[in-house]
Amino acid sequence: MTLLKVDRIETYIGQYHILQGVSFEVKQGEVTVLLGRNGAGKTTTLRSLMGLNPISTGSITFKGESIHHLPTYEIARKGIGYVPEDQGVFPDLTIEENIRLAMQKSDDATLERRDWILNLFPDLKTFWKKPSGLLSGGQKQMLAIARACVNDNELLLIDEPSKGLAPIMVEKVMNVLQEMKDRVTVVLVEQNFYMASTIGDGYYIIDDGRTVHSGQMAELKVNESLKKEYLGIA
Amino acid sequence: MDVLLNLTINGIATGSLIFLLAAGLTLIFGLMHVLNFAHGALFAWGAYFGVWIYTQTDSFLVGILGAIVIGGLLGWLLERWIIQPVYTNTMSQIQVTMGLLLVMNECLKVFFGPNQVSVRLPDYLDQSWLLGGVILIKYRLFVIAIGILVFLGVQYMLKRTRLGLIVRAGVMNKEMVQALGINIKKVFLYVFILGSSMAALGGMLFAPYSGVIHAGIGMDYGILAFIVVVIGGMGSIVGSAMAALLVGVLGAFMTYFVPSVALAVNMLLMFGVLMFRPAGLFGR
Ligand SMILES: Nc1ncnc2c1ncn2[C@@H]1O[C@H](COP(=O)(O)OP(=O)(O)OP(=O)(O)O)[C@@H](O)[C@H]1O
Ligand SMILES: [Mg+2]
Repeated sequence: MTLLKVDRIETYIGQYHILQGVSFEVKQGEVTVLLGRNGAGKTTTLRSLMGLNPISTGSITFKGESIHHLPTYEIARKGIGYVPEDQGVFPDLTIEENIRLAMQKSDDATLERRDWILNLFPDLKTFWKKPSGLLSGGQKQMLAIARACVNDNELLLIDEPSKGLAPIMVEKVMNVLQEMKDRVTVVLVEQNFYMASTIGDGYYIIDDGRTVHSGQMAELKVNESLKKEYLGIA
Repeated sequence: MDVLLNLTINGIATGSLIFLLAAGLTLIFGLMHVLNFAHGALFAWGAYFGVWIYTQTDSFLVGILGAIVIGGLLGWLLERWIIQPVYTNTMSQIQVTMGLLLVMNECLKVFFGPNQVSVRLPDYLDQSWLLGGVILIKYRLFVIAIGILVFLGVQYMLKRTRLGLIVRAGVMNKEMVQALGINIKKVFLYVFILGSSMAALGGMLFAPYSGVIHAGIGMDYGILAFIVVVIGGMGSIVGSAMAALLVGVLGAFMTYFVPSVALAVNMLLMFGVLMFRPAGLFGR
């Protein structure tokens, strides 16, 4: 089943025409990876989905309902969690406060999800009452992912979770994403090809603000010329 | 020595009034990045309308409550109709809120006449005690007490309520707050209303403190509040409280010893702080 359908969206930032036709579909229960060089428009695509950079044309359909005209907070409330490229943790708030802020309800189901995600990231419990600004880059990433998971979200948009992380940390984040797979659907922007190819199902390549290629991750793994052309991977 | 103590108490009372005005200004700037030059006008409106209600009902307390309500209502109207359209445009903000300050001051003259209005304290607040050489004036202590209560109330709101949590997060990253499913525009409105009621309360308390009010008090106290917010650090309530005390007490001493330079000293203080701590004493 298609959970999210993005159809020929175009986005301007100021007078710059950044996205010039991005289209992709996300199937429920899968991890869909967006690939592309630096500056290709991956982050802008996620921000457009969240309404942070509103689209000028095209459409975004989530669970059969068009959402691109909604303000950001309503898009989030439809069940979409966002983990931005810079993680977006609130440095002066404690980890507990970051999580509490994200919790749209405090019913049993939400508390259950919170405990589940905290068990995946025990570090967060250790520093529970510490300002999150003191966390390491990897721990901030964990907090950002945890925060996106406490609500009953069906879709997570995660922007380069491996950025700046040591290999062991990448492994840890990957394991968690694997664990989450049967709970949520994920759109993952990832430059780390190892991570992308390990957990990704389908992929789309974005280049110069357009989706130029798509397929199954398994095929891309062995398609050396495509990897070289768009991703600069030899 | 007694003179010094008296002056200190006066200064703290004035500081409380300035704090009531500065608290809203600093919150509004910290969260919405709006420099609201019209904030002082709410002080003047609180004073005029509060006093009007006070004289109509013959109850000072009802006057205070009336000022708070009118401040809140005005805040709601202003945010909705005047401030919201210019949130993203700093230049228009300055023009619009400056213009608003002038218009609101002129309105007061139209409603209440161009002359000063004199205000008397209710008898139960019009007392003083002589303790050694120190004169304890009941109303000043009352003003100080309210200042402390409001400070504690705002701190409670910021530290212990969900609204406060959202405000603190919003100061750091508004986009992320919205991406978590929170309607920050609603929070802007609440903060604006809160700030406006505090300003109006300050004006109402100021009225019998000075004995007379005129339309210019909004401008006078607005400038002081501005200085306080800059010294304390934009967005910091604790900073504003500290700076308000500093400016209040310093002002009391200056007015007593060298009255001609009182405002200039505050300006110097502000520039001094900016020189060594550009973000203010408690700013980030
Ligand atoms: N606020 C902005 N103003 C102007 N141009 C911008 C802005 N934000 C992004 N851009 C431009 O839009 C293009 C796409 O940027 P985007 O951040 O979406 O790329 P990306 O694929 O996420 O890159 P990276 O892999 O480096 O994160 C880039 O050319 C970038 O310079
Ligand atoms: Mg990016």
